[in-house]
Amino acid sequence: MADEKRVIVVGGGLAGLAASVRIAEAGVPVDLFSMVPVKRSHSVCAQGGINACNEVARQQGYSEYQHFDETLIGGDFLNDQHPVLEMANWAPKIIDLLDRMGVPFNRSSEGFRDLRLFGGSLFKRTHFAGATTGQQLLYALDEQTRRFAAEGKVNKMEFWEFLWPITEGEGEDKRCVGIVAQDMRTMQIRSFRADAVVMATGGCGLVFGKSTNSIICTGGAASRCYQAGAWYGNPEMIQVHPTAIPGADKCRLMSESARGEGGRVWVPKKKGDTRRPTDIPENERYYILEERYPKYGNLVPRDIATREIFDVCVNEGMGINGTNQVYLDLTHRDPEYLTQKLGGIMDIYEKFVGDDPRYTPMRIFPAVHYSMGGLWTTYTPGDYQPEAPLGEHKPGNPIPIDAQPGHGLTIGAHNNAMTNINGLYAFGEVNFAYHGATRLGANALLSCIFDGLCNGVSVVNYVREGVGTPASDIPQSVYDNAEKREQEKHDKIMGSVNTGKGDQSLNPYQIANELGEEMNAASTVVKTGPRLEKCLAKLDELWDRYNRMELGDGAMWTNQSLSFARSVGDMIILGEAIAKAGLLREESRGSHYRTDFPERDDEKFWKASVAKFNPGTNKSEIEFMPVKAGLVKLRPRNYGKVDSGTNKEKIPPKQVAEAKA
Amino acid sequence: MSDAEAHAYDADMRRANRKKAVEGRSVIFKIKRCDGPGKPSRWESFKVPVEQGANVISSLKLIAANPITTDGTKTTPVVWDSGCLEEVCGACTMVINGRVRQSCSCLIDEYAPLEGDVITLEPMSKFPVIRDLWVDRDRLFHALTRVKAWVPIDGTYNMGAGPKESPDHQQMRYALSECMSCGCCLEACPQYTKEEDSDKWDTSFVGAHAISQARLFNEHGTGKRLKGDRYDALSGPGGVSDCGNAQNCVKVCPKGIPLTESIGAVGRGTTVHAIKRFFEGKK
Repeated sequence: MADEKRVIVVGGGLAGLAASVRIAEAGVPVDLFSMVPVKRSHSVCAQGGINACNEVARQQGYSEYQHFDETLIGGDFLNDQHPVLEMANWAPKIIDLLDRMGVPFNRSSEGFRDLRLFGGSLFKRTHFAGATTGQQLLYALDEQTRRFAAEGKVNKMEFWEFLWPITEGEGEDKRCVGIVAQDMRTMQIRSFRADAVVMATGGCGLVFGKSTNSIICTGGAASRCYQAGAWYGNPEMIQVHPTAIPGADKCRLMSESARGEGGRVWVPKKKGDTRRPTDIPENERYYILEERYPKYGNLVPRDIATREIFDVCVNEGMGINGTNQVYLDLTHRDPEYLTQKLGGIMDIYEKFVGDDPRYTPMRIFPAVHYSMGGLWTTYTPGDYQPEAPLGEHKPGNPIPIDAQPGHGLTIGAHNNAMTNINGLYAFGEVNFAYHGATRLGANALLSCIFDGLCNGVSVVNYVREGVGTPASDIPQSVYDNAEKREQEKHDKIMGSVNTGKGDQSLNPYQIANELGEEMNAASTVVKTGPRLEKCLAKLDELWDRYNRMELGDGAMWTNQSLSFARSVGDMIILGEAIAKAGLLREESRGSHYRTDFPERDDEKFWKASVAKFNPGTNKSEIEFMPVKAGLVKLRPRNYGKVDSGTNKEKIPPKQVAEAKA
Repeated sequence: MSDAEAHAYDADMRRANRKKAVEGRSVIFKIKRCDGPGKPSRWESFKVPVEQGANVISSLKLIAANPITTDGTKTTPVVWDSGCLEEVCGACTMVINGRVRQSCSCLIDEYAPLEGDVITLEPMSKFPVIRDLWVDRDRLFHALTRVKAWVPIDGTYNMGAGPKESPDHQQMRYALSECMSCGCCLEACPQYTKEEDSDKWDTSFVGAHAISQARLFNEHGTGKRLKGDRYDALSGPGGVSDCGNAQNCVKVCPKGIPLTESIGAVGRGTTVHAIKRFFEGKK
């Protein structure tokens, strides 16, 4: 082991790559671990775009402050405010950097970067590359990482699965000094030293079975850090995206940009109308979101759009032909325009459904999409201390906070985006800080890259200036012991091969299916106390079966079943925290909607739910901690919802009665 | 079946199949399996019920949950590579009914519409098998390093915007930039042969995808600074002149990337580059 200090980055999506590039550029060598070649990371699935204040919007009265403010109200004020301010201030500069890296952002006729509308804003502030923006940003960072790898500054460890963070010390002195990982091909388990570890491992969609997430998004890595003592913030905050195509293996996302480019959500006014959508005249269509939210229309935040679609289908039974589906209609737009702006998702719909959405309205339904919750992180605020925080920013007013970096965060402070374990950082989706109770569309790519670029500096400073023994001088026994523990867990699972009589209920794939179905039914769009309690009981049963699980593959080479089976346990543990925090949060806020507590309760719950793992019970202990606010005052969040114009008044009373029955 | 016929089959037949797909049927998956490098291959068949919207991935998942072959033998779950399941990550590429493609977008209704229809799955043949349908595509990514497929930016500090660009030019670059490194073009290419010795990768055929990526970065305002290096890399053995002009690559590219156009453009570029070098007395 060389005596130079090193950093391990786990995960090669946007956050992990941005961090690797930034840290390597500063001269600290990076070992980058990923379960897949980094170019295939889940960031590739992001479609719509990336938000940033820009010159056009600015001259219309928009500002970094407004972006910050929109993100907070979008998140129903559960966000940590200072990092969001810093992120909004950095956003335009991040776009410039991506532009320099060669991202093919769509262009205006004059050659400037084109912009589109997105949810939660009345201004065009979303930059995009067709409808595969995440793919294009990921590729740009993948290319820069490849360059650093060619220069020997980044060491890519692809097809290695993170198993455990190695720590030394206890309590506040607990410090991360490396990881244990497993080669997914040779199955070798070994430890790696590092002076800091950045977790950039994304979300946990697979806990809910079918979601819009990639097959690798089990949340396993985050769950393992949580089991090792890292706190997990706001686990119950799971975003259900309003528009996805239901499928047999996953739900495929139809980007919010479809609505940003004019897509309209509707159902036939006549329940069970069997006509083809194109045969239904305009006045016999119910444009759900436009009628209920005249101000924002189809561009209300995702949690609201999802609940309204759910309401129309499930409560009112008005889904297409009685199914749980609504139309997402773009057929009024020019097909050529759609190909240019949305080609990527047009192709996906056509390939998987068989209809061309340029000529036939798409049929969609909500699906689990994003985890606002994640590893709890802290930071050092910047120098902005508002005497009297402003309320709603009025376009055209002076910007209340200077849009210069360093006002939200103290840039380079060691603890920015650090978990409660020293030297263990969480970047991107796995960081709980930015999106509160709902993430606005096109803010995810931003928060990932921002974490990497801004807080990558913190990692460098921590490694260079941090106290404590360099990882290279820590006794080998610390690493050997961690390795041994993981080997034992591995051997225990391998020991379950062919032990039983092929009981299907002990099959890890079966357990995962039941976990997904249960979590989807109990802990997504609409939650209630009794249903969540039932869910927790079901998780107990699944945990019990998991511990008696029988693995179907005993191979000591490239054993995918083992890797999956191991993550099933991690998913159950994460699911328990998600359900329990949902049960204890007796209010409705953003994506978390409790029919038994339908109002936001700031008095009791303007707080982050922080899950701490109890290794004795294998369960979470939830603590509510104050939200790190102070910049913007609370205000109601309703996006101008109107009661008049709802469907209930427009359809004949008889049908309403039918719908309710 | 000729390439042209195969192509027509792909478009029309699949659409027609979708219409005649029988509900509630089961189909047979015939899968070429291999336990690891150097191990012999074998075929195993599985009978799989077809769910609504089923694709190869959802079928492989059903097999994994209950891996019993058609002759009743219990076996191990099939190993395969996958990621996004919406044809943007490139991971799940394999040879299906003799033709290379992504397995996620391979709908059972289009390939096996009737009861008992057979779908064969094989790993790509141009890369070493790791296990079953999972192959090692390191060489493919190595080719991207070989052609320096990146924009040489000064660094990540804030230095303003990148070069301005016309919408037409952006659309052209975007089309090239959709390459997801899946390897379809390599599997279909007669000039691209399996090479397990990584020492030989720098002199064996680089493949259509990497040539097209070289063109992508040559077309960027800053990226073209490395044009000379890219042409040097593509002038020698295994470079663009190894292309045999079979044009299979462009037929199998799932993203419709104009690969043959790229090969043409880069071919011309390397020629001009070589002449310039000659007159500069560098070669």
